[in-house]
Amino acid sequence: MSSGQDAKLFARGKVAELRLELNQSAGKKDKNFSAKKIAMKKIVANMTMSNNDMVALFPDIIGVMGVGSIEVKKMCFLYLVNYARAKPEVALKALPILLNDLEDSNPLMRALALRTLSYVHVRQFVESTLAPLKTLLKDPDPYVRKTAAFCVAKLYDHDKQLVESSDLIDRLNLMLRDENPTVVSSALAALMDIWERSESIKLTIDYANASKIVQILPDCSEWGQTYILEALTSYVPQDTSEAALLADRITPRLSHTNSAVVLTCIRVILYLMNYIDDQKVISSLCSKLSPPLVTLLSKGPEIQYLALRNALLILQRRPDVLRNDIRVFFCKYNDPIYVKVTKLELIFMLASERNIREVLTELREYATEIDVHFVRKSVRAIGKLAIKIEPAAKLCITTLLELVATKVSYIVQEATVVIKNIFRKYPNQYESIISTLCENLDSLDEPEAKAAMIWVIGQYADRIDNSETLLEDFLDSWADETHEVQLALLTATVKLFIQRPTKGQELVPKVLKWATEETDNPDLRDRGYMYWRLLSSNPTAAKGIVMGEKPAITAESEKLDPVTLEEMCLVVGTLATVYLKPVHTVFRSARPRRLQESPALQKHTLPSWQAAQQAKLLTDQQKAMMVAQTNGAANGHVLDEADALFASMGGREMMQDDFGPSSSSAMHGEQGSMYVVNQGQGLGQVQPTMHVQNGDGDLLSF
Amino acid sequence: MRAFRQDMRPRLADVFRIQVISNAQIRSPILTLGSTTFSHIRNDNIYVVGVSKGNVNSALVFEFLYKLVSLGKSYFGRFDEEAVKSNFVMVYELLDEILDFGYPQNTETETLKMYITTEGVRSERAMEDSSKITMQATGALSWRRDNIKYRKNEAFVDVIEDVNLLVSASGTVLRADVNGAIEMRAYLSGTPECKFGLNDRLTLGENGADVSLGGAIGNLGGNKASKAAAGSVTLEDVSLHQCVKLSSFSNDRTISFIPPDGSFQLMTYRATENVNLPFKVQCIVNEVGKGKVEYSIAIRANYGSKLFATNVVVKIPTPLNTANTTHRTSQGKAKYEPSENAIIWKIARFTGQSEFVLSAEAELSAMTNQRTWSRPPLSMQFSLLMFTSSGLLVRYLKVFEKNNYSSVKWVRYMTRAGSYEIRF
Repeated sequence: MSSGQDAKLFARGKVAELRLELNQSAGKKDKNFSAKKIAMKKIVANMTMSNNDMVALFPDIIGVMGVGSIEVKKMCFLYLVNYARAKPEVALKALPILLNDLEDSNPLMRALALRTLSYVHVRQFVESTLAPLKTLLKDPDPYVRKTAAFCVAKLYDHDKQLVESSDLIDRLNLMLRDENPTVVSSALAALMDIWERSESIKLTIDYANASKIVQILPDCSEWGQTYILEALTSYVPQDTSEAALLADRITPRLSHTNSAVVLTCIRVILYLMNYIDDQKVISSLCSKLSPPLVTLLSKGPEIQYLALRNALLILQRRPDVLRNDIRVFFCKYNDPIYVKVTKLELIFMLASERNIREVLTELREYATEIDVHFVRKSVRAIGKLAIKIEPAAKLCITTLLELVATKVSYIVQEATVVIKNIFRKYPNQYESIISTLCENLDSLDEPEAKAAMIWVIGQYADRIDNSETLLEDFLDSWADETHEVQLALLTATVKLFIQRPTKGQELVPKVLKWATEETDNPDLRDRGYMYWRLLSSNPTAAKGIVMGEKPAITAESEKLDPVTLEEMCLVVGTLATVYLKPVHTVFRSARPRRLQESPALQKHTLPSWQAAQQAKLLTDQQKAMMVAQTNGAANGHVLDEADALFASMGGREMMQDDFGPSSSSAMHGEQGSMYVVNQGQGLGQVQPTMHVQNGDGDLLSF
Repeated sequence: MRAFRQDMRPRLADVFRIQVISNAQIRSPILTLGSTTFSHIRNDNIYVVGVSKGNVNSALVFEFLYKLVSLGKSYFGRFDEEAVKSNFVMVYELLDEILDFGYPQNTETETLKMYITTEGVRSERAMEDSSKITMQATGALSWRRDNIKYRKNEAFVDVIEDVNLLVSASGTVLRADVNGAIEMRAYLSGTPECKFGLNDRLTLGENGADVSLGGAIGNLGGNKASKAAAGSVTLEDVSLHQCVKLSSFSNDRTISFIPPDGSFQLMTYRATENVNLPFKVQCIVNEVGKGKVEYSIAIRANYGSKLFATNVVVKIPTPLNTANTTHRTSQGKAKYEPSENAIIWKIARFTGQSEFVLSAEAELSAMTNQRTWSRPPLSMQFSLLMFTSSGLLVRYLKVFEKNNYSSVKWVRYMTRAGSYEIRF
């Protein structure tokens, strides 16, 4: 391997010297143009270092562009592409040279010239490309034709109207019948690129077309295969057997070594499954998807990460995939943190009664690692598993208590938060561990953990002997606490008073006064007044509301909503699947994708359709119940109004934590909208890694 | 920095530098700011970054970045800051060729080397037969040149397996699997059609089709009578090189292909069943009070006594506040490496069926802030020839060529440690 020696050229050059070097040898014996080459290299090196003085050399560069050395020419072209926008009027002088090169007898030269020409965002360049491009689309050489195909997409990027008013797109369509597979896949990629940015163009692929492009798949490069597979999601099967056949024909691609081919193939298969009615075919396809997904875990960490994020997605849509593979997601000690965190989420999703012991041992191991963020997530996962898998609750709690015993402050705090949720899920079962929690009060310094502990004290004020002392300790620092903690303190004090009026009677007025008079937080103030009135007007009703039954909670907060899930499955392998957020919230200008109607579409199996049906059922029932209520039970009114009051006050916090809608509406809750633990802080998010900015914060449009 | 779309600005490089390189908080290879996404990988001392707008195919971006690095390595020997600086013009040239408008083009090293070469002179000469090059770059056989001639036709096959193991502190195997690769170096003339035969019974996945390929029962290295010795292997999944006819593989599991010239990776596979673990590790680690940790480690070689592993390295983690260690080994050398917080035990040659032990003590210095030790797992490195953990065997490699020449084939097996970890 002969390695270049050009590193020394990275020195800041002066324009005058370089100009001299570039031109001095003109006419003299510079056989291999070696002096020019070195001068050009220096200029390119300076360009790379953003030394924008180089722009002054533009006329000289054009001077040497035609000297006959392909190496020098390539460097001149690079310079041209880089600086043409800065000096369009000078760049124009290069146009005749490029146009001339388009007619060169060497196909590599024609392609190079065309590629360069179409990179220059200057009106005259774009306009002059149009006519020769039409010829080059029919060039005898396939290499030139594929370059020309991409060139159409480039022109479209420069000037939409120009392309739309020409017949270029029709010509591009004709290229789909080219004999060369690379040309076909390039034309397809160009068409998809144009379609992505156009409102007026529709891309339709019928079965005959789809079948034909699938046939040439094996003859395309790995990238060509990816472009073709991407295009296949624009084919709308009209017949369920067509979809099955096509899916079957592309499954061999799952064994490809390029992960782009594999993931895009998975995308197409998932897409086609929506149009297949035979359950056997579906489950056979599902079983073919797991092994390639797992195999991607032996790729580089970045691809692993992408594969794992997509596994999270696919699992929600097709739970059969990956069902038996939990062990492969156990973390390796050296996995990068982003891989570990995503594996943890998958382990949580795949955990079941069958493998819970194994999972808990594993999570227990993670909880002793060094990365604090990861440890916290592991602890949180254990707590959520207690809620998700009821028979395993006891085992999870034992594991949590072991962790609390380590006395590591952030582990204790995280455990406190999840244990609070366990109490909510299983009232009157595990309260014996309260004493263990109380031993660790001093290590709580985070608002969320404090609020959780305060909730426990308030809720179980009658069982904790010294509840009023514990609460008083927390109240001492009232003024320094966050609103989250203050809200918890307010409610806990009222609960204490209701359960043990003698102990709480001194505290309540004090806290109510603080909450109503010494705060500028409206939530806190409103809640304070509300308690005040409730306690003073109707103590019995107050007890019913404050200590009322709470709606059930679930641990399934990671689940995407059905519509998003459907959309995400159409873009498997893309950036949006890394964020697991609807495409338009991450990329505003992206073209939305939706499942297209067709006689073959298996509507009743779609998550969104199922959700809609359920919602409809629910509203019907609710209507019926409303009627029943207005007719009968007058006593429900008070509570309902109270509910409405809290609902309108909007604090989701409240709905979750304290004021369970009273018994009548709790019934609604059971049927449909279960309350969810820790919404917004669930395992499903990787907050620190994401800097997605929505709205107008487009940092990068300078 | 090379922009392939007109909505990309040179200043994006600065944005990346500020937002990713000098930001310790970043913990993901993907960063989206506004509608612009930076996807990066690291290689030696450089970041290779792909910048995109919109919801692009992320797998494609990373595969391309990997490809760029491997191309760079094949061109310059390595791909680090020095190599990029020393060959920057060539890097630009390559980029221009393999990426058009942000779409990856032909990235086959073989083809690219026909017209983009490190010796500047050849690029002029190559222009003469450029139409041959263009056919190559767009043809179905983009990975192979025409008219290759060798005096001696040879093919070397290396089966290389990375065996991964994770054992819990109580000794249960949490995870044992194999990532294997079949690497080939083909020096064959003309357009040879190769057929590759693996174990007599090759099973793919849970409900994949069993295909019997016939032939004698194979045995290698005298490993114990396992399922492998009976000639069957179960592969969880395989990925095959671009040159393999995937349709014939999915029909009847035959691997037939026209190989690229020179070395390439024919296939990678994964096996999780009947994994033969080369080493069994027992470790007893006791924390004696706050000042001392005692280790007793025994490693036994499970493979045949005629085989031996080389470069065996055992990394035994010690607490962060280790002041001093003492150790005794029955074979090899052990040394405390403060920078790695571990005792490194090296055994140059580890014969099959033998067992070696290490006992050690780590003395700890007193710490004011006593934190529990996270006890990272013990890990092993080794390489072992003529052994496959999965039991995979190459039964035959047939070469058909219209000139009907005879060819010599060589097969070699090697098992290495992937992530071989034992918790304690």
